[in-house]
Amino acid sequence: MNGQGAFAGALLSPEMPCPEQLRGPAGRHATRRFDVYRNNVTVALTEALAAAFPVVQRLVGEAYFAAMARDFIREHPPRSPVMALYGAGLPGWIERFPPLAALPYLPEVACLEQARREASLSADAAPLDPQALAGLSPEALAASAPRPHPAARFLRTRHPALAIWARNAGRPDLVQRPAGEVLVTRPKLSVLTCAAPIGTAATLEALARGLPLGAALPAGADHSAIFACLFSAGAVISEGDPKP
Amino acid sequence: MQSRTLPNTAGVGFKSVHFEDLADPGAVSWLEIHAENYMVEGGPRLAMLDDLRTRFPISVHGVGLSIGGEGPLDPAHLARLRRLIERVRPAQFSEHLAWSTHEGAYFSDLLPLPYTAATLDRVAAHVDEVQQHLGLRMLLENPSSYLVFEESTLSETAFLDEVSRRTGCGLLLDINNVFISASNLGTSAQGYLADYPVELVGEIHLAGYAEEDDGQGGPLLIDTHGAPVADPVWELYAEVISRIGPRPTLIEWDNDVPEFRTLEVEAARAARVMARRRAA
Amino acid sequence: MTLHSKHLALAGAFAAGLAQFAGAAQAQEQEKCFGVAMAGQNGCAAGPGTTCAGTASVDYQGNSWTLVPAGTCAEIDLPAMADGTPRMGSLEPLMRDLPKG
Repeated sequence: MNGQGAFAGALLSPEMPCPEQLRGPAGRHATRRFDVYRNNVTVALTEALAAAFPVVQRLVGEAYFAAMARDFIREHPPRSPVMALYGAGLPGWIERFPPLAALPYLPEVACLEQARREASLSADAAPLDPQALAGLSPEALAASAPRPHPAARFLRTRHPALAIWARNAGRPDLVQRPAGEVLVTRPKLSVLTCAAPIGTAATLEALARGLPLGAALPAGADHSAIFACLFSAGAVISEGDPKP
Repeated sequence: MQSRTLPNTAGVGFKSVHFEDLADPGAVSWLEIHAENYMVEGGPRLAMLDDLRTRFPISVHGVGLSIGGEGPLDPAHLARLRRLIERVRPAQFSEHLAWSTHEGAYFSDLLPLPYTAATLDRVAAHVDEVQQHLGLRMLLENPSSYLVFEESTLSETAFLDEVSRRTGCGLLLDINNVFISASNLGTSAQGYLADYPVELVGEIHLAGYAEEDDGQGGPLLIDTHGAPVADPVWELYAEVISRIGPRPTLIEWDNDVPEFRTLEVEAARAARVMARRRAA
Repeated sequence: MTLHSKHLALAGAFAAGLAQFAGAAQAQEQEKCFGVAMAGQNGCAAGPGTTCAGTASVDYQGNSWTLVPAGTCAEIDLPAMADGTPRMGSLEPLMRDLPKG
């Protein structure tokens, strides 16, 4: 194996020996010095994950988070140098991680944190002003097709993930929320997280496919509640806006 | 503020927690950002940067290009970098004499290189490619070293000098790295600086380190950027400035980031060193 | 329901939603704009030296994971339902020490 291949292979594998050709001063072996790089890599990647998933870290504790992050990092080292995006696969990995099966809400909390991160880094756009639709005839309203805001994300939770997140994120306004749909948006610079009425996620999915409002709202749902939620959260943009 | 070059004054590495403090920047007259932190589509990070660039000259410092990598430069990363450079129009762009990516995996650290003719060819070709792609003259920074490669045949200073000769790039002199490497490798920092092509210096970095045990009865200095600049590093800095005159000087503090005033005090100290040289 | 009456119903829901939206405070900026990190940062500094994270061997191999989560998850109780599946639904009766008021 060539130089950087051997170096790279040993970085995330502490059981492997320090690469042969490395030396300390006076030609001495450099195992402890190589460990500096091993630690740098693992610590930097663990910190990137902790910054993105602070509530998951709070829920399991720092020592546990560091240990599970170490396993995740060894299985899934980043494929891009942009640390702001690293760890998108962590929620799914947690779901498949047997030792965490006793915390079934944890993957949902992780998904919520990932949604919030994506919202904070996605493209900026001005949310649709619903007054712009207010003068339309019923037919024109039904034919209009606003699109999801580029920062809008939604989750359907089977566990009270929003309440658990809120409790650990200093958001007492949300700690009583039951399981259900969660909407995450960023109409301006701040990320908004709110409980959404049933059918909000399906509406956004339909709007993302290009369906008009007349076909996007699911039957049986409280349409006025969905409208109020989408508008107050800034979750849609005008169909005329250029693609993000 | 559109500035074609960085001023010969003190700057600091920008941290988002200091955004409000920069209304009263004191001795801090320019800012450096890590390029990769702004390679996103939108949101508060870019909004902050768009605001800062109207008030301060900006230096863009890349940490993920892997210029010393055995594989080719990542075209997607180069494209992201170009988009950022076009948005920020920075006064300067710099990267590291190091590698961080291997076969697509990124190791989030600046990893060391053997100084050989083969490495030299590769690094020079990559620097050339970066400069062509971005349409600018970049600076290349000396690393902090904890170990050496048995097969190295060139000194680091000769290596940097030759990369610059082949590509026309400038150099970023990290004096903390010089001190750390000399201590860790049992060589002389003064000797390094005597051999270093100081005329190519476009920017200087200063930072703090941590001291550990090397397991063989000696110290091992770790480049933590988590402490004030150490006195021997200030002494080396004063010697360099007295030789070459004021240069854009950055205070780096990336771990255990302190209050802005602590950084500003360090920047003011660098400014005083440069002022003494101007007065001399 | 005819197509026209469906459209009328949609317009009615829209008007009601708009009224709720206008009645509520406009999308509050819940978090301070700047200073929200919420994602990893790239840096060029070194970590904490020669011992710790990177040199520990794998913690989870087969069934040999010995650590137990020790954070705030201990405060959350989602008892299993009669058939053994984890309980879902409202958290309200399930959290032991919700903040008062």
